[in-house]
Amino acid sequence: MIRDALLLQLGYNATLVTLGATLLGMAAGVGGTFLFLRKRALVSDAISHATLPGVALAFMVMVTLGGTGRNLVGLLTGAALSAAVGLLLVSWLGTRTRLAEDAAIGSVLSVFFGFGIVLLTVIQTMSAGQQAGLEGFLLGSTAGMLRSDAMVIAVSAALTLALVMLMRRPLTLASFDPEYAVSIGQDVRRTDLAMMGLVLAVTVVGLKIVGLILIVALLIIPPVTARFWTERTDHVVMISGAVGGLSAYVGAALSAAIPAVPTGPIIVLVGFALFALSLLVAPGRGVVSALARHRTHQRRVHLRQGLLAMAQGQPIYENMTLRLLHRQGWARPDGVPTELGRGRAARALRDESRWRVIRSDPAFEAATAQDDGLTDIETVLTADQLAEVDARIPSAEVVA
Amino acid sequence: MSIKLATERHPETGQTSREDSPLAVRGMTVSYGQKPAVFSVDMTVEPGKMTAIIGPNGAGKSTLLKAALGIHKPLAGTTTVFGKPVGAQRHRIAYVPQRASVDWDFPTRVIDVVLMGLYPQLGLLGRVRPAHRARAEDCLTRVGMEDFASRQIGQLSGGQQQRVFLARALAQDADLYLLDEPFAGVDAATEKAIISVLKSLRDAGKTVVAVHHDLSTVTDYFDNVFLINTRRIAEGPVKTTFVTANLQDAYGGRLAGAQMEALALS
Repeated sequence: MIRDALLLQLGYNATLVTLGATLLGMAAGVGGTFLFLRKRALVSDAISHATLPGVALAFMVMVTLGGTGRNLVGLLTGAALSAAVGLLLVSWLGTRTRLAEDAAIGSVLSVFFGFGIVLLTVIQTMSAGQQAGLEGFLLGSTAGMLRSDAMVIAVSAALTLALVMLMRRPLTLASFDPEYAVSIGQDVRRTDLAMMGLVLAVTVVGLKIVGLILIVALLIIPPVTARFWTERTDHVVMISGAVGGLSAYVGAALSAAIPAVPTGPIIVLVGFALFALSLLVAPGRGVVSALARHRTHQRRVHLRQGLLAMAQGQPIYENMTLRLLHRQGWARPDGVPTELGRGRAARALRDESRWRVIRSDPAFEAATAQDDGLTDIETVLTADQLAEVDARIPSAEVVA
Repeated sequence: MSIKLATERHPETGQTSREDSPLAVRGMTVSYGQKPAVFSVDMTVEPGKMTAIIGPNGAGKSTLLKAALGIHKPLAGTTTVFGKPVGAQRHRIAYVPQRASVDWDFPTRVIDVVLMGLYPQLGLLGRVRPAHRARAEDCLTRVGMEDFASRQIGQLSGGQQQRVFLARALAQDADLYLLDEPFAGVDAATEKAIISVLKSLRDAGKTVVAVHHDLSTVTDYFDNVFLINTRRIAEGPVKTTFVTANLQDAYGGRLAGAQMEALALS
């Protein structure tokens, strides 16, 4: 069953829903990247929670007008309107009052969500309309989704994706260096507005599949995951889109196979698995790689300090240093240098003297930039330069 | 009103009219809250010269520059660039912001930052062609950073970051270069590299304006000075304007008399 779902073998509707979710995940990952880079990620949480009163009110209005209240476009329009009000409130509170943005987000998020829950409770007591399934907007549900619903989601997600690609340069500039962006004539306020509009669109479109409580995860987890793997903005965007798409695809497929499970949490958990994997094993920024780098560095420092101590006939107290020197064959376990070790120690001392000479000479400024106490000066200077440096080492320091 | 005031206040730069000036500011006032950071300032930058904006900490040097560019919205005042409103002349301006104003852990490489200087030319969707890349690399060479093109910007030292920002401005191929504290916290090699690039721009007929805080290098680096302490204090050639009386006016008690004697020309 699960295999069938992942291979899109569960029938036309389930396939459409899964593909719609995939497109949505890509749009969220790509749009969320700029939100993350602009350091406004939490604004999306305010936006998503602010959709709830809109969904409830739209339902009530449609029922009052004689419908069943289940029209997805109608519900999403309501969601978009109230999310826009929430967004404007956050930005008004942040710029016009002394409230910091995090406080503004917290206030708007909770008040709108609370109001939405009250409205949902009222709706449960209404006799007209089909209120069953409205709570699916909280945690997302693909069960009972209509073909037309899936089409609406797929098309809007694709449009959002296209818009982000079109705006990628202004979005990058506004995120990295907004002052410079203004100086070359970019209207950064409008770029920010467009970015928020995109996030709002992704949120509203994703309501049905992921649910409003967890859509923020689909906007934040993919870019954060992607950041581990690359140092380039365009690559973060692409990887983030792929992570978002993959999470949503797997999540929606699993949820189609096991209808009792809400879709949103599954998608978020798949995304989290990708995040955790990246956190651990990504080269460069991953935890394992950072740890390995630290260990290598520590080893080099201990070896170097040990060699210098041996060269100057000082005792070595640290066990780690002794162990490392012994393992290299440079010293006996009690710290007495071997023949090889004495040679290495003399070289280390000569290296130090050479560095001391060039450190005070502005002509070697570029080379001095690589002076970290560990780098062998022979890898930095040419043979001619070395000869020149050696000629300037005070004779008292020269170690035969 | 402010224009009339300006002509009265500018006997020493009378030769540069507002129309010729690469950067002319009139009646500029910028407030953070209730206290003006810059109050009713007029400035007329002389073309083809290097001008230093100097004044004590908090005197509104950077604010003046940012307001002229529209980064801060002034309460009052107008800015013209080569005689036209600044909005119509963006393609002729290259701005180098303070290094500390951006997040250097941003996922971008040195070459990508320089390519940002070509965004106005590339538009929304224009492809980065080999010619664009070559141009960006050439700008990196001019600031001595060609070996760092594919480094992540977070790996650079402060001075190298500043040179990358300068390379981005060079890529714009502008006529007016505005720099906010380009020498703040940079190493001696960077300072030398930057000043030589700026002087070569000046020698090619470009105009350079820099917010500057190191009084000891003003006479070596710049042709003109603009002294500010919330209000405009004085403006003109270093020789006649960078003098004790004006420094006293701008810095008040913050500089000891002996310091001033050592710095100023007369």
